[in-house]
Amino acid sequence: MKHTLSVLLQNKPGVLSRVTGLFSGRGFNIESLSVNETLDPGISCLVLVTSGDSTIIEQITKQLHKLIDVIKVSDMNEVDYVEREMAIIRVKAEANTRAEVLRIADIFRGKVVDVSPKSYALEVTGAADKIQAVIDILRPIGIQEIVRTGTIAIARAKKK
Amino acid sequence: MKITGAQAMIKCLEEQGVEVIFGFPGGVVIDIFDELLRHENLTHVLVRHEQAAVHAADAYARVKGTVGVALVTSGPGATNTVTGIASAYLDSIPIVVFTGQVPTALIGNDAFQEVDIVGITRPCTKHNYLVKNPADLVPTIREAFYIARSGRPGPVLIDLPKDISVAKIKYPPLKPVQMRTYKPTYEPHPGQIEKACKAILKAQRPVIYAGGGVISADANKELTELATKLSIPVTMTLMGLGGFPGTHKLSMGMLGMHGTYCSNMAMRESDVIVAVGARFDDRITGRLDAFAPHAKIIHIDIDPTSISKNVPVDIPIVADCKHALTGMNTWFDRNSDFNKVSQGKKTEPWRKQIKEWEKKHPLTYKKEKGIIKPQFVVQKLYELTKGEAIITTEVGQNQMWAAQFYKFNNPRAFMTSGGLGVMGYGFPAAIGAQMAAPDRTVIDIAGDGSIQMNIQELATARQQKCPVKIAILNNGYLGMVRQWQELFYEKRYSGTNIEVAPNFVALAEAYGAVGLRATKPSEVEPVIKKALATDNTVIMDFVIAREEGVFPMVPAGKATTEMLLA
Repeated sequence: MKHTLSVLLQNKPGVLSRVTGLFSGRGFNIESLSVNETLDPGISCLVLVTSGDSTIIEQITKQLHKLIDVIKVSDMNEVDYVEREMAIIRVKAEANTRAEVLRIADIFRGKVVDVSPKSYALEVTGAADKIQAVIDILRPIGIQEIVRTGTIAIARAKKK
Repeated sequence: MKITGAQAMIKCLEEQGVEVIFGFPGGVVIDIFDELLRHENLTHVLVRHEQAAVHAADAYARVKGTVGVALVTSGPGATNTVTGIASAYLDSIPIVVFTGQVPTALIGNDAFQEVDIVGITRPCTKHNYLVKNPADLVPTIREAFYIARSGRPGPVLIDLPKDISVAKIKYPPLKPVQMRTYKPTYEPHPGQIEKACKAILKAQRPVIYAGGGVISADANKELTELATKLSIPVTMTLMGLGGFPGTHKLSMGMLGMHGTYCSNMAMRESDVIVAVGARFDDRITGRLDAFAPHAKIIHIDIDPTSISKNVPVDIPIVADCKHALTGMNTWFDRNSDFNKVSQGKKTEPWRKQIKEWEKKHPLTYKKEKGIIKPQFVVQKLYELTKGEAIITTEVGQNQMWAAQFYKFNNPRAFMTSGGLGVMGYGFPAAIGAQMAAPDRTVIDIAGDGSIQMNIQELATARQQKCPVKIAILNNGYLGMVRQWQELFYEKRYSGTNIEVAPNFVALAEAYGAVGLRATKPSEVEPVIKKALATDNTVIMDFVIAREEGVFPMVPAGKATTEMLLA
């Protein structure tokens, strides 16, 4: 099962390689990864998507905790959370498909960020399944290039 | 007043209570070595290969219960320490390794003797540092010692660029290390202690399975108290030997691949296993699905990652072994449901069963006329040292015979590379142990293969006047691999014949040490006696039965009850 882990780290050189080295060295899987500074410049937040049964996820969480530079590990699957990815997709857009591509962009609330006579580059954000849906629907028209970010996630605030 | 980085480093080592450093100099650490000359209370042991410095620091730390220190240069000096560091990592031994580094301005430049040792050792250290700012030097060293010795101990590496050791700095006043991210749990959860104690009270067939954590937490007394209070039989891992008295009537000896028949049978039939500072590795469990099928498992460990890693645990207790065992002992003392006599009576049939297993298949070997058996040599070493020597081992058959036939009644007396299994560990470890305990008898039980992996340390031993004794069990084979080839590869002895070997007696003499040889059983005792009476480094070359095997043996991937007994 897929798990999204949010990890707070000391913002120091080499810390990311401690995390990725742990995953490769112990045979765990990283499906996506995204790191950036938090409000506190001394701390960075790493969001990582991995998969495995509960024993593996438990072991991953514990092993991450064991790294001296790790401050906190949260398994987002245990809480209610929002996750987003962004993709920029360059898709063939010639006379007969230009309008259709724009319609699709509109349906998925995407934006055109680059235009050429024969293509559009669309920016789309959303959860991983939405990005996948856009890709699937654009594929027959002719996708020329895709860049995608890793997932970022935030826990929803308590409503009460 | 400002001092140099090298001066600050040495001052900080003294502040941390360091008395001995194992090291080897080189271009970028000359300033530090220069400073060492001015500190008579800090002994530097000059090794002949950097790997040996780390193994020696490792054994020094084990004997003294303190942090061992090694100091080497950049590049090859640093890469040579990797095996030693990885071994200390797997055995959870507190050491701090200082490696020199090229000046900060040259880092990343492929400079002479430059290597990214922080990158190389990241997966085999508990933590590591590259010091880039002179002001960070002293706080980093303090933090390194704190990390090495606290929680689950382990090796920490500090990479020191040349310019840091010559920079002028102000020595910061000592204050306790406070870390935002690292806070080991020492105290057990009282609810878990109670659950564990209740489970033990209900047990009909309890077993204590003790590992190296008992020794590193100095919890041997508390363990003995618990075992005797409830009359629970104890089995130990290789790393746990000495954590419970080996000659105690409740001791079943070692368990696992070359463990005793009764230990492995007891684990199989037990209904409650109390694992203390042990980590259920593959050499202990054998085939996982057949491991301890009837047992409720209580697991005390300071490292949460060890719990439920290989075997699901019913009652986890994340804590220091000493604290957890004290908590359990106190619980039993205060609980009116617990009666020592009736509890002992209830589990009497279980102990009788264990004694029967022990009688059925004791640790034993066949004597052959005129041929020295390795087990006989270890038994004689045990007898003639009254079981009071510090024993180090190499890796392979020599290690297993030492573990099986030398009985350890005290902790910190048996040093072996348990997790990584480093051939070449034993001899430098013996030097480190002797530096930690100058008045003890220290013996490296070695094979003719592994002793050659760090034989150059004869010069170190001689230079330090370390009267360590090396007992080579010489069979002309890389014996453990040969044993596997005999049993599972139809005796195809590929790459294991090492008959072309030095004359170990002449070799010892070449270094100014003493060489002795025994070729028949009657010569064993006189050779050992002579070695023990010699105030010099001694090699005892015991020419043993060529194809003797270590038994019992659980073949890899089999259940621990599927033991080969001879």
